[in-house]
Amino acid sequence: MTTEAKPTQTGRSRLDPEAMPRRDFLGLAAWWSAAAALLFGFLGAMRLPKAAVLPSPSKKFRVALPASLASGQSYVPAGRSVAIYKEESGVYAISTICTHLGCLVKATDNGFDCPCHGSKFRKDGSVLRGPAPKGLPWLEVKPLGGGNLLVDEGKTVAAGTTVIV
Amino acid sequence: MNNVARKPNANEESAFGRFIENIKAAPRRFAETMFRSGKPHSDRTRSTFVFGNVFLHLHPVRTHRWSLRWSTTWGLGIAAASCFFVLLATGVLLMFYYKPYPDVAYLSIKDIHFVVPTGRFMRNIHRWSGNMMVVIVLLHMARVFYTAAYRAPREFNWVMGMGLLALTLGLSFTGYLLPWDQLAYWAITIGANIAQSPREVTDALGMTQWFDVGGLQKLILLGSEDVGEEALIRFYLFHVMILPLAMVLLMAVHFWRIRKDGGLARPIDADTRLGPPPGDVYPVFTEAPEKTYSLAAIVKGKTPIVGRGPEQTIPSMPHLLFGEAAVFMLTIVLSVILAILLDAPLKEVANPAVPENPAKAPWYFLGLQELVSHSAFMGGIGIPMIVLLGLGLIPYLDRETEGTGAWFGGPGGGMLVVRSAIFGLAAVLAVEAFAIRFGWIRQWWPNTPQLVITFLNPGTVLTFLYAAYSVWCLRKYNSTRAGALGLFTCFICGFVVLTVVGSYFRGPNWDFYWSPSQWPGY
Repeated sequence: MTTEAKPTQTGRSRLDPEAMPRRDFLGLAAWWSAAAALLFGFLGAMRLPKAAVLPSPSKKFRVALPASLASGQSYVPAGRSVAIYKEESGVYAISTICTHLGCLVKATDNGFDCPCHGSKFRKDGSVLRGPAPKGLPWLEVKPLGGGNLLVDEGKTVAAGTTVIV
Repeated sequence: MNNVARKPNANEESAFGRFIENIKAAPRRFAETMFRSGKPHSDRTRSTFVFGNVFLHLHPVRTHRWSLRWSTTWGLGIAAASCFFVLLATGVLLMFYYKPYPDVAYLSIKDIHFVVPTGRFMRNIHRWSGNMMVVIVLLHMARVFYTAAYRAPREFNWVMGMGLLALTLGLSFTGYLLPWDQLAYWAITIGANIAQSPREVTDALGMTQWFDVGGLQKLILLGSEDVGEEALIRFYLFHVMILPLAMVLLMAVHFWRIRKDGGLARPIDADTRLGPPPGDVYPVFTEAPEKTYSLAAIVKGKTPIVGRGPEQTIPSMPHLLFGEAAVFMLTIVLSVILAILLDAPLKEVANPAVPENPAKAPWYFLGLQELVSHSAFMGGIGIPMIVLLGLGLIPYLDRETEGTGAWFGGPGGGMLVVRSAIFGLAAVLAVEAFAIRFGWIRQWWPNTPQLVITFLNPGTVLTFLYAAYSVWCLRKYNSTRAGALGLFTCFICGFVVLTVVGSYFRGPNWDFYWSPSQWPGY
């Protein structure tokens, strides 16, 4: 490059010319449509990692309460995070998954204690203290006859709902 | 053949003779051709040694003497990168035996620990390098902050560094699940539910059924509703593929920007502070330069040392490269010593029916877990986002120039840092002590709405105190840098104290204990 870079009237150099407004619209349209295409392509690809069918076992399970279950005593079926109670008013089930960060709460005489961050719940699942944002949900229980119950961990019912078996 | 060889010029005449000579010379010529310009004996060949080598040309040919002082960087950036390379090597070795499937994963780690030759050693080095990397990256960030090295034109590289910090923590977190023991299972259960914790706010506003960003985050992270085989394979994929690739990419940009932004930050008066260069430093510009600036002549903005001679620089080979090699060796030595002394833990196999009590995250997340024990959303997402945003904005808000490149540079200086440390420690200790001694709102008024607790809890109170103190510093010294010095020092104090409380003073049910020996059941 032996020729000098002559400044134009606006004081700009040949190496750094003024942008051409005529091309701005087409150029910007090209950039934005490319960006939009990439975004939608990405969002479409991201449908893959969002599972449509969850591999977790069925939320419904059948259970028969032991005859020796006393009033106020909890029964936790093996492999399930549900505490089932049998009172004179009927049978009900409370989830034992802490509403704070998903640890399993332990049923005590006064309610439920979470081992992870110290949340405490009353007997009816409502929050007594600690960081849990809401009470333990009551779960749907259906009598199947013959002492069998169908508990659905996926369906919550209003606190205080009991079922006569 | 010998007869032929004795005759003069015989080698040039006989093709066979030349062939034999070439065979003899082949090893020497191979070594010569490996390095494009011969061995680095003179300043000229030292220069070509660096910029003529694909692996070394990331370095400058000559380095400023200020950059080479130990007290400028303490070698922390190179140490962090060294940890990453050690992790890469040991991680690939562990992959020979590791099987990412529940229960089988646990057994394969047990195999690595007890059966595989050098398996335990490699796993220990991997674990210790990982821990060291977290510490070193944090120290490196502190170094860059306290020397005000984030300022123009290095703002963007500070943001890249934040990305690297996030990736470092992400790699540690994903690696934590892989042993599939109780520690891993419950730490990840808590982590996944932190990802879900925006529900705390959407629930309180009654909009979760239309807008469940928390649930979506957890679903993408775990591939299921609980930590299971789907979660394990995802964490494995993130740990061995996605995050390391992202890390290598960001590291490349980070290193490249150091060069392009003009090397390490140094004070304007660095040359006078350093004094004249030692006698053996070769003054480059006494010989007529044979090169022009070529394209650099028309590029706008500052380019490294144009307009004055590189008098205060010395050849990168050997000064910089040997220093880097020394840091690399020291890093390896430290991780090897730790690996020999302390085994990586492995508890009993993961049991989804029995939570660990207490269930603790990796140590560098225990400060967060302490915050989370007050509010899942603010502790796990809200406050970390505020901190990340605040840190990322520092170079764009502090546009001052006083004190660049000097330790604790800027208005206030070292005294302000000491004062901020005292305030930061006092504030976090007071808030924690109050919450431990007297409890918090829900203990006094059990029916307080959740939103009140989400936005008014010890974590948010502490964040507010720190922010207010920072604004006070800014006004008192009439300087954004002073505000940043106050805030960053408070952040470090808060991080350290919360981490220590979470690590040593929290027992079963996350209750406060002065020592683990007082835990019930001991």
